[in-house]
Order: sequence, then structure tokens, then C-alpha cells
Amino acid sequence: MYTQGLLEQGSKTVTVAAVEDAERLQRFEAKIDAEEKIEPKDWMPDAYRQTLIRQISQHAHSEIVGMLPEGNWITRAPTLLRKSILIAKVQDEGGHGAYLYSAAETLGISRAEMIDQLLAGKAKYSSIFNYPTLSWADIGAIGWLVDGAAIMNQIPLCRCSYGPYARAMIRICKEESFHQRQGYDIMLKLARGTVGQRRMAQDALDRWWWPSLMMFGPPDGASQHTALSVRWKIKRFTNDELRQKFVDFTVPQAKFLDISVPDPDMRWDEAAGQHRFGEINWAEFHEVLKGNGPCNRERLTARRNAHDAGRWVREAAAAYAAKHTARSVAAA
Amino acid sequence: MSARADAGVTVAVPDRVRHLLRIADTSLVLAQRLGEWVGHGPAIEEDLGLANTALDLLGQARLLLAYAGELEGRGRSEDALAFLREEADFLNATLAEQPNGDFGDTIVRQFLIDAYQLELYEQLMTSADPRLAEIAAKAVKETRYHLRFSSAWLVRLGDGTAESHGRVQGSLDRLWPFTRELFDADNLDRAIAVAGIGPQLAALGAAWSARVDAVLAEAMLRRPAASPYRWYGKQGLHSEHLGYLLADLQHLQRTHAGASW
Ligand SMILES: [Fe+2]
Ligand SMILES: [Fe+2]
Repeated sequence: MYTQGLLEQGSKTVTVAAVEDAERLQRFEAKIDAEEKIEPKDWMPDAYRQTLIRQISQHAHSEIVGMLPEGNWITRAPTLLRKSILIAKVQDEGGHGAYLYSAAETLGISRAEMIDQLLAGKAKYSSIFNYPTLSWADIGAIGWLVDGAAIMNQIPLCRCSYGPYARAMIRICKEESFHQRQGYDIMLKLARGTVGQRRMAQDALDRWWWPSLMMFGPPDGASQHTALSVRWKIKRFTNDELRQKFVDFTVPQAKFLDISVPDPDMRWDEAAGQHRFGEINWAEFHEVLKGNGPCNRERLTARRNAHDAGRWVREAAAAYAAKHTARSVAAA
Repeated sequence: MSARADAGVTVAVPDRVRHLLRIADTSLVLAQRLGEWVGHGPAIEEDLGLANTALDLLGQARLLLAYAGELEGRGRSEDALAFLREEADFLNATLAEQPNGDFGDTIVRQFLIDAYQLELYEQLMTSADPRLAEIAAKAVKETRYHLRFSSAWLVRLGDGTAESHGRVQGSLDRLWPFTRELFDADNLDRAIAVAGIGPQLAALGAAWSARVDAVLAEAMLRRPAASPYRWYGKQGLHSEHLGYLLADLQHLQRTHAGASW
């Protein structure tokens, strides 16, 4: 997880005008047109580099912050098998974070810088992780919907023009689809379970449905930089296209679970061959991105606490490594 | 096994089950503790490392609990044993249930148990109980890796900065008293050893001691004095911490009796 079309939310203005070298730009764009990958050593416009740094680091932060809401249920998972699966899943997300930080590092920024930006509240991460996990069904709903939305967003990124990001996405997408299936399996068990379990499943869908749709980012009309990202093949589909795909994919799955999507306007449009759905509460989305969601403060505090509490450990490791190197140099 | 079985010596089934639960519960409770770390480690790599150990321990616990349930013959599954037993029926070493504290506390607890489990599983590989021997053979490989992880961190922290050295020596001093229980044999341990199902704990303790001393020396840490007090977690008498741990662990199964997940 979890890109969000957050690209458009960045404070830096991405302009082609910043690119001074017309000839190199032409070669760069020819490469992109020919579906060749851009690699770290290749020349690239600064706007391309900055856009990617922002997108990949936001994606990495989302993986890391995303460990928190799900980690919240590790100690309370209802069976030992579910507990194992959940630990492994959250661990996968941590691995995705590490892998994506490395991909971003190929663009000339360090992991430490990126983490500092996150902890300073300057970097964004997916809005979805600012919602609380209140029941075991939330773990099912996150796998089903949030990992599901992530897959929709990320499958096209496997063909992203930037080589290291595209390759990271291929590996990550495989794991996300496991997560999606495991999440749906949790939901299925609850939906076919006791009255209490069914209530839990419905309540989770009620709370996670709209935030999941928001994961695709603002509507195309409000999204300023999609065009350039599409031209440079960082992005292959617009936010609304991906959101529509997600809805069409997910609504039948909810039907199969026999739980209802919390949208009175949801209907199948026979002529268009797709679902029509109600208006998304964009005011809520923007508030959550601004830091005013239900758990923004908690999530950042948890990350800061882990970072601060780990400082003496990282310092010890660095001191030990330095002494060790000094000793082996002295011995040589 | 250091003491071979006297042919014909048998241990009653309930005692064999209790012996299995001692091993299983130690892994289960420690995995539960490590699970609390996920997402909160000092860096991503350590987070993933602790999660790896948690997953292995949980896997060991599941195999051992499933076996204990079969042996017992009362139809209790791994989950029934994990989620529906009461505190006094948990037979884990008291050390395993101690709170995570800081990263140094967690590493010390882990190191002391890893070293113990490694000696234990190595011995159990030749247990007179073939099913237990088989589980031990799998667990021993995992445990070697756990011990590498915890030893490497203990050495880094012990021989890192003045602060880290002081902190981790403090952790060692606090947790050391809980190790005595691991090697003080009671009647059940003795019966198990005589039957060749498990090792003589005194011999196990000597091997553990040598292994631990070597790493402590490398970590520039001082071995604490032997504790006059002994804990009895393996007999079901725990510290104040286990009750809360079980409240979290068992919460869903207790509130939705009979549901399947
Ligand atoms: Fe992920
Ligand atoms: Fe995932």
C-alpha cells in the first residue's frame, strides 16, 4: 500500500518550464514513449525526480504508518492461525516500506531524511490509516478494501516508467493480493458466523467503505497534475477511473457477503455497464489529509515515540560498528 | 538425551501433557509479547526481526499445543488450549511473560530464553517421544537464528555507548532472577528426564550457563549473582503480568463463546 493520487497534494509546483535542457528532455521523453524504463543513472527532468520522490516516499510512509492500525489487533487475533497471518501481513507492510524507501533512495534522498519529514508532519501518507480499528472485522475490512484499493492503484504502477519503482511494485503487488484474499476470508467467516459476528462485519464495512473510496485521491476535475504524470507514465489511469474499477469490483463481493454498502445512491447502470455511486465527502478527505482525522495525532505520535525510544539503540549500533571497524583496522 | 530412558519407565499422560504445555506456553506467551512490538521497533529491520521470531515461536506453540491436545484425548484443539485455559493452567516460564520494557529489556529476555530453548530443543531431538523429537528438530533451526539475532543485539548494546551499556546491564540484573526456574527440576521434570522424554535440567543449566557467559563476555556485561528467590510459572504460579496478557489474548474467544473465526 498505498498510493493515493497524493501526487496532486504536494506543495511543490511541478512545471516542465523548470527543465532547461530541451535536447535531453526530448531523449528522455522518447524513451518514455518507447516504453523503456528510466533508471537511476539516466538523466531525468527535476520535476520527474521530485514527483517520484514525493510519490514513492509517501507510499513508503503509508506502508509504515499502515502497520499501526492493523498491529492494534495482533495481540487480540481470535485464533493462533489468524494471529500468525496477521503478524506476517503487518511484517510484509514493513518490508514494503523498507523496499520503497530504498527505491526512493535511488533518486538521491536518504531514508533518514524521508523519516524526518514524516515525523515532522511535513510528509503525507495515505489518509485511510487515520481511521481507527475498532473490531476484529476491521482487520478483515482493511485486507479486503484497503489492500484491494491499493492493488487497483498499484497494478498500473508495475508499468511505471521509473524502473526501480516499477520493479518494487511488481513484488509488492503479489503480496498485496494475498492480503486482499486473507482479508476477504476473514469477512466471509464473520458474514457466515453468529449474529454478533455479522454485526461486526456490517459495522466494519459501514466505517471503511467511504474512506476506501477516498484512497484514490481527489476527483479528476480537482486534480491538477495528473496530466503530466500520465504523460511521463508515472500514472496510467486517473483517480476516477481507478475508483470506478474498484467500486465495480467490490460491490459484488459485498453482495456475496450479504452485507450492504453504506450508499443509498449505489445502483447498477445497465447502459453504462458500471455502478453509479453517491457523492464522496471531500471535505472530510481534506480534513484528514490536513491532519484532522480521528487518528492522525495518534499515528504520528506512535511513530515519533518509536523513533525517539529507539534512538539510544541506533546510537549503540553505530558506536559498536565504529569501534569494531576501528579495531579491525588497527589489527590489520 | 543425556540420561537414557530406563526401558519400561513411563510417565502418566496428564504429566506428559503438562510437560508439553510448559514448552508450548513459553513459546506462546513470548510470541504474544513480541507481537506487541510490531510497528513500534527502533527501526524497520528490528521490527521485522522481532516479528520473525514471534512467528516462529507461534509456530512452535501451535505444533506443541496441537500435540498436547491429542495426547490429552479430551478433544481440545490448539485454540481451545490457548484461548480457553485459565491463568493458573498456563505453565510457561515466568520470564517469558515479563513486559517488553525497552528494546534492551526485550533483547535480554529474548537472549536468555533463546539460549535456553536452543539447549532444550537440541536435547529434545533425541527424546524418547518421537513426535516431540520431530517438533524439536524443526524448532532448533529457528532457535539458532533467534539466538543469533538476540546475541548480536546484546553485544551491540553491551559494547555500544555508555548509555546502552548501563541500560542493558540493568535489564540483565532485573531479568536474571527469572532464569533460576528454568533449571531447578521439580518432580515432573525429574520423571520426564528418567523416562528419557526430556533432559536433566541441571545438565541443561550448565550448558546454558557456558553459552550465556561467552556472549556476556563479548558484550562486556557482568553476570548477575544467583537469585535467592525462585519463580514457579511452570507450575502455574505467575507474576502479576500474565493475567493482562491473557486478557488481551483471549478477549475475542471469551466474548463470543462458540463462534468460529
Ligand atoms: Fe503494502
Ligand atoms: Fe498489504
